[in-house]
Amino acid sequence: MQGVPLSWYLILSAILFALGVAGFLFRRSIITVFMSIELMLNAVNLSFVAFSYQFKQVDGHLFTFFVMVVAAAEAAVGLAIILTVFRNRATLNIDEINSLKY
Amino acid sequence: MLDTAFFYAFALLVLGGALLTITQRNAVHSAIWLIVSLIGVAGLFLLQKAEFLFAVQIILYVGGIMVLFLFVIMLVNLDEAARERQFRGRWWVALGCLALVAAETAYFVIKGRDAFRFAPRPETPASPLGNTEQLADVLFSTYLLPFELASVLLLVAIVGSVVMAKKRI
Amino acid sequence: MNLFYTATDHFVLSPAIQLAFWGCAILLLDTWLIPDPRKRRWLVPIFVLPAIVLTAIALGKQHAYLVSEGAREISAFNGALTVDGFALFFNWVFLISTLIVSIVSYRYLEIEGEHHGEYYGLILLANCGMFFLATGTDLVTLFVGLELMALCFYVMVGFLRGERRSNEAALKYLILGAFSSALLVYGFSLFYGMAGATKLSVIVKAMQGRDPWDPVLFLAMATTSVGLLFKISAAPFHMWAPDAYEGAPTTTTAYLSVASKAASIAFLLRIFLGPLDVARPAWEPLLAGVAILTMTVGNFAAITQTNVKRLLAYSSISHAGYMLLGLIAGNDTGLKGIAVYVLVYTFMNLGAFLVVIALRRQNIIGEDVADLAGLAKRHPGYALLMLVFLLSLAGIPPTAGFLGKYYIFLSLVETGHYVLAVIGTLYVAVAIYYYFRIVRSMYLDEAAADTAPLASTVGLRFAVGVSGLLTLCIGIYPEPFLRLAHTSLLK
Repeated sequence: MQGVPLSWYLILSAILFALGVAGFLFRRSIITVFMSIELMLNAVNLSFVAFSYQFKQVDGHLFTFFVMVVAAAEAAVGLAIILTVFRNRATLNIDEINSLKY
Repeated sequence: MLDTAFFYAFALLVLGGALLTITQRNAVHSAIWLIVSLIGVAGLFLLQKAEFLFAVQIILYVGGIMVLFLFVIMLVNLDEAARERQFRGRWWVALGCLALVAAETAYFVIKGRDAFRFAPRPETPASPLGNTEQLADVLFSTYLLPFELASVLLLVAIVGSVVMAKKRI
Repeated sequence: MNLFYTATDHFVLSPAIQLAFWGCAILLLDTWLIPDPRKRRWLVPIFVLPAIVLTAIALGKQHAYLVSEGAREISAFNGALTVDGFALFFNWVFLISTLIVSIVSYRYLEIEGEHHGEYYGLILLANCGMFFLATGTDLVTLFVGLELMALCFYVMVGFLRGERRSNEAALKYLILGAFSSALLVYGFSLFYGMAGATKLSVIVKAMQGRDPWDPVLFLAMATTSVGLLFKISAAPFHMWAPDAYEGAPTTTTAYLSVASKAASIAFLLRIFLGPLDVARPAWEPLLAGVAILTMTVGNFAAITQTNVKRLLAYSSISHAGYMLLGLIAGNDTGLKGIAVYVLVYTFMNLGAFLVVIALRRQNIIGEDVADLAGLAKRHPGYALLMLVFLLSLAGIPPTAGFLGKYYIFLSLVETGHYVLAVIGTLYVAVAIYYYFRIVRSMYLDEAAADTAPLASTVGLRFAVGVSGLLTLCIGIYPEPFLRLAHTSLLK
């Protein structure tokens, strides 16, 4: 009945998640770090929708919907904080944002 | 068959976009590749009959969040950042990540389709309602509480971003 | 046609409704209804009090209902919310910390030049999020509640917008918080895949009979627990805590270290004793390692700190390690021990931060250990109370901190985890060393040149007094508090 098995979607989602984690850990620019978090959340959404399709129900779709809402809220607050940091410091390099270390 | 072809096409978009997002030097390029990746995810949603989420993904993610990202990239001057060293040396974490995914994939390849035990697929036929109607039915009954809670969450996000970004409050 | 919102639903939800309503009301009042900024200054904070009183009444009614009916729990929204002893216990803890933090914030924020009504709105809405963390029994509700709490805290940590340290603290906290949420929700997606539902009760049933080392379950356990351990700031996922604690306004630090940690512990217990209970053989050794590492990092890093807020941040990391020990033991004594520990920790840690708040005066930051020098001569009352809090944090009888540690160690001995018990006891000695650096500074060192009076208001004196009294009370006459903790057992 269907061509693509569930596991393919899950593997795809796992690889996407790992790429997001890698980006989060390696990049020095905060904006790119933020984008990596969006990638991770998309991987999560992908696996929710795949499960939902498998179970023929929409609960997973709804979880995805809420994850998107949360992602939007986090992005808004996060980017506002980035603006304040930039206003006071004029750099967005993670390793230079260090007045809290002695 | 056609499904499989589409799956490969969208998967290529998703992974290629993601890989370029995390490796591009220029933040604007990263953002554009992220959009490509997100569109690929939207395509996979459509492939799995999640029409509503497909629309939300395009409107909210690509149209909303990514535009927000581009605005902030324009507001903060990142020319400097593009010339700097881009990566931090923590290769052991990357190797760990890679090993985990590789192990999972290898396990799957060895064991075949029954590698992972998930809840069984129900025998009942899919609901005759369209995806959006079904979603509305469930969202406003079973998930009424988180829906209302999400409204408070969004209020906090609005207030929070104004408090953070406005010069005088 | 079944009703979507029944009387029971309303009864269970009522504390959250009060909190959300008053939170929004304060945001509105602040901008609209009180145009005169001078009146607004003191009028807006006052509106926190009816919010807390009405929430307390709503919680009290639930408590009374549970006692009078002899019921174990009230379930609402088709099992998305469950009010039981556990939820009520944690909700009381959150409400007490909200009350204490909101009555001491006024003067501190004015000195910092950032006294805005939004702060109080955010405190109440954060408490609303915590309500769902303690009461929620559905993955979606728990997730949205967690994010509601976290978003409020991101903004409150960065509330001193003109100050670099605060900006950076907010940014670090937000980035690591968002990362840990993503890990957590990936684990949730696997739970959904294994059970086909998001209700915890259904997931628990679906998990029965699954092999603890099942690869999917293991992956779900790994991602979920990393996400949760981030939230309670356990090592090696603790790096956000010292920075966030130091950079945030001290009132937020106090709230963050107490209420947010209690809420995360409640969340952690719900997940580990619920869906993850079958994987106990898999996570027990992992958590034991994490607990040992957490106590090591927390206690040894605290030794070299000169900033009191940073020192208390590391000490709060080590306390998270002690609480994890109770979960590892896992018997009734251990779980009761965690509840006692959370209650005790709330009062003693809040108290210690309140004294730091009093030290912040015009032009004096007052966060260094050296700033406490000579406090005993100038303000013997504050110094004495700080001594009580520090003794309690170190876990010395007859203060309350001893009681918390006693039950945790007792449970470890009961379940045969002798090594963990010995390690935990040894670290108490290390803790005594760095807490006594503060005591020495207060009692033995000569006062610095500054003799500006402490920024103590009526609210602050009241809050410090109550925290000190309760810290002693719980230590000397623990029976009622132990009974309360006993009602909070999950199983």
